[in-house]
Amino acid sequence: MRMTDIAIHVESLGKEYHIGSLQKTYKRFGDALADSVATPFRRATRLLRGQAGSAADLDEAIWALEGVSFDIRHGEAVGVIGRNGAGKSTLLKILSRITEPTTGFADIYGRVGALLEVGTGFHPELTGRENIFLNGAILGMGKREIQRKFDEIVAFAEIDRFIDTPVKHYSSGMYVRLAFSVAAHLEPEILLVDEVLAVGDVAFQRKCLGKMDDVARAGRTVLFVSHNMGLMQTFCERGILLEHGRVACDGPIKDVVDAYLASIEQRGVQDLATRTDRRGLGDVRLVGVEVKALNGVPAVLKTGEPVRFTFHVDRRIPGLDMNFSIFDQIGQAIVQFKSKDRAPQDVSGGVGDRTFVCEIDPLLLLPGRYRVDVGIIGDNRMQDYIEAATYIEVAEGFVDGRLEGQKNKFNLTIPHRWIRPESE
Amino acid sequence: MTSIHTRIEPSKGWVSLNLRELWNYRELFYFFIWRDLKVRYRQTILGVAWAVLQPFMTMVIFSIFFGRLARVDSDGLPYPIFSFAALVPWNFFSGALISGSNSLIGNANMLKKIYFPRVTLPISTALSGLVDFGIAFIVLLGMMVYYGYRPTGNVVWLPLLLLLALATALGVSLWFSALNVRFRDVRHTVPFIAQAWLFATPIAYSSSLLDEPWKTIYGLNPMVGVVEGFRWALLGTDTMPGPMVIVSTLAALVILVSGAYYFRRMERDFADVV
Repeated sequence: MRMTDIAIHVESLGKEYHIGSLQKTYKRFGDALADSVATPFRRATRLLRGQAGSAADLDEAIWALEGVSFDIRHGEAVGVIGRNGAGKSTLLKILSRITEPTTGFADIYGRVGALLEVGTGFHPELTGRENIFLNGAILGMGKREIQRKFDEIVAFAEIDRFIDTPVKHYSSGMYVRLAFSVAAHLEPEILLVDEVLAVGDVAFQRKCLGKMDDVARAGRTVLFVSHNMGLMQTFCERGILLEHGRVACDGPIKDVVDAYLASIEQRGVQDLATRTDRRGLGDVRLVGVEVKALNGVPAVLKTGEPVRFTFHVDRRIPGLDMNFSIFDQIGQAIVQFKSKDRAPQDVSGGVGDRTFVCEIDPLLLLPGRYRVDVGIIGDNRMQDYIEAATYIEVAEGFVDGRLEGQKNKFNLTIPHRWIRPESE
Repeated sequence: MTSIHTRIEPSKGWVSLNLRELWNYRELFYFFIWRDLKVRYRQTILGVAWAVLQPFMTMVIFSIFFGRLARVDSDGLPYPIFSFAALVPWNFFSGALISGSNSLIGNANMLKKIYFPRVTLPISTALSGLVDFGIAFIVLLGMMVYYGYRPTGNVVWLPLLLLLALATALGVSLWFSALNVRFRDVRHTVPFIAQAWLFATPIAYSSSLLDEPWKTIYGLNPMVGVVEGFRWALLGTDTMPGPMVIVSTLAALVILVSGAYYFRRMERDFADVV
């Protein structure tokens, strides 16, 4: 490989984060008060000693990336795959120069455009027109360049009528369309994209994909992060799997996706307890999720068959409730279940005081792979929220005697009955 | 295939200011300033009048309490114009200082998701205050007509004095905005500092209260040079003192250059800390 072919050369890249002191639990209010008084002095002392930068002893350090090396040639479309917290976003942030690596280096040959989040830099008080210019400039476009592409951007976003309305009056769909449209017209030689397609309606998502495909076809380099394996496989020819900040697998996309799917299938109950990518107060945490088919083989979920979701939490606290939501491959929300919304068929007790069971009969999801997000609520406050707490795979099955197979872009079925014209 | 090559690696110690890159992003300054101006008075009833009202009301209050009641010496000038000539550059300075110090944490989301030279934020915030300054300055000229003052020939120095105020505001903003990312205490401290600085600057009173060499040493506060310079250039007070302004200029340069290097040094982990 000649050096001139290379678009991105990454060598033993590492990034260390200080995640701050782990939360202490105070026995008495007095201790908490004493500590809150003492901490600034401790910090000031360290500051004076010149140790503030490393914020030493109280802090916990983690390596988000460690010893990552790879080369990407011009014109390659590469998918970066990995669980939440595996280092995907950190990698893109370093390559787009938002943050510096702690060790190693990367050489980038060409103009970089990064799309890490749609719509950052938009100002709600400004109109669509004004935001196009502002956002374009922030992303690195010149005024002339924006003027030249202006009509194209507006047309792509389908917001012509509202171009002079402040974006705070936009619907979220319009907002996202405009934001993506600006970014998509950046025309960089190297495009870094982070899971931006989990937004907007399906039709627009397809349009965005088409646009990104154009970029890739025009011989530009694309580095793409997504949880959507289907998308990855159509879009990228090569994949890089990150696990705990290291490259676990680098090769043809099919092999890398298979390796990834195998690895997430392995993670069992104890894995959930160790996950750190969670939000909420944390007084009570989700520690386990099981999904079982009630007929046939427990591990195989089928459309139209009953299924049981079991959730384990680590403590019992007042006002404990939970909800879980199911999303499809492209991150589209499909359905949410809340234990708080009571109905006569619900039962209390019988499964222990730290377990929720939700029985669904029949499962009306069409065949495919789905993501399950789980939220634990206590005292009306979010205690724990885990995105992608588990994934479920649904195989085809019968609903009311009718075979429900995979349907392009549809996720749900509903039991129904046809009345056809009389046959001849 | 392309000539652009970027090396991404950990930077160590003190790094260069990279003014060349800043030049490449010059249009971004324009857009940030334009955004600030567009947004500043949107959905306000009085709009741009705020740019005048703030220094004007302060002038009225000062005139009542310091001018009338305390009978502070105003170098023989009517107290209202004496204080207003100082309040116009002062308001520009304190506005740039306060909003500049918050410019990074106010755009935290952008820092975390997009790369651009971070220093564009405090700089453009300071520059956008120039428009308000311009409007207040017109009112100052109106007051001069009302009180029958003609600017002296020294008025040619005014742009340089304004530049001195800008350099000081920018230097302090660079320090505070970078510190603010790491220590949010700064956000609570800055308004207090601005207030203390107001009284440490000869706005309500005149620096002619001091004798040499204290007067020159007083110039270590760069705003002393600015404020006395404005009175000297516009109203012809004889307080304009070469040594004082030179000291002020040197002090401003020290703040600005040290602020720029400190900012560059802290910049590397803004996205992680903010």
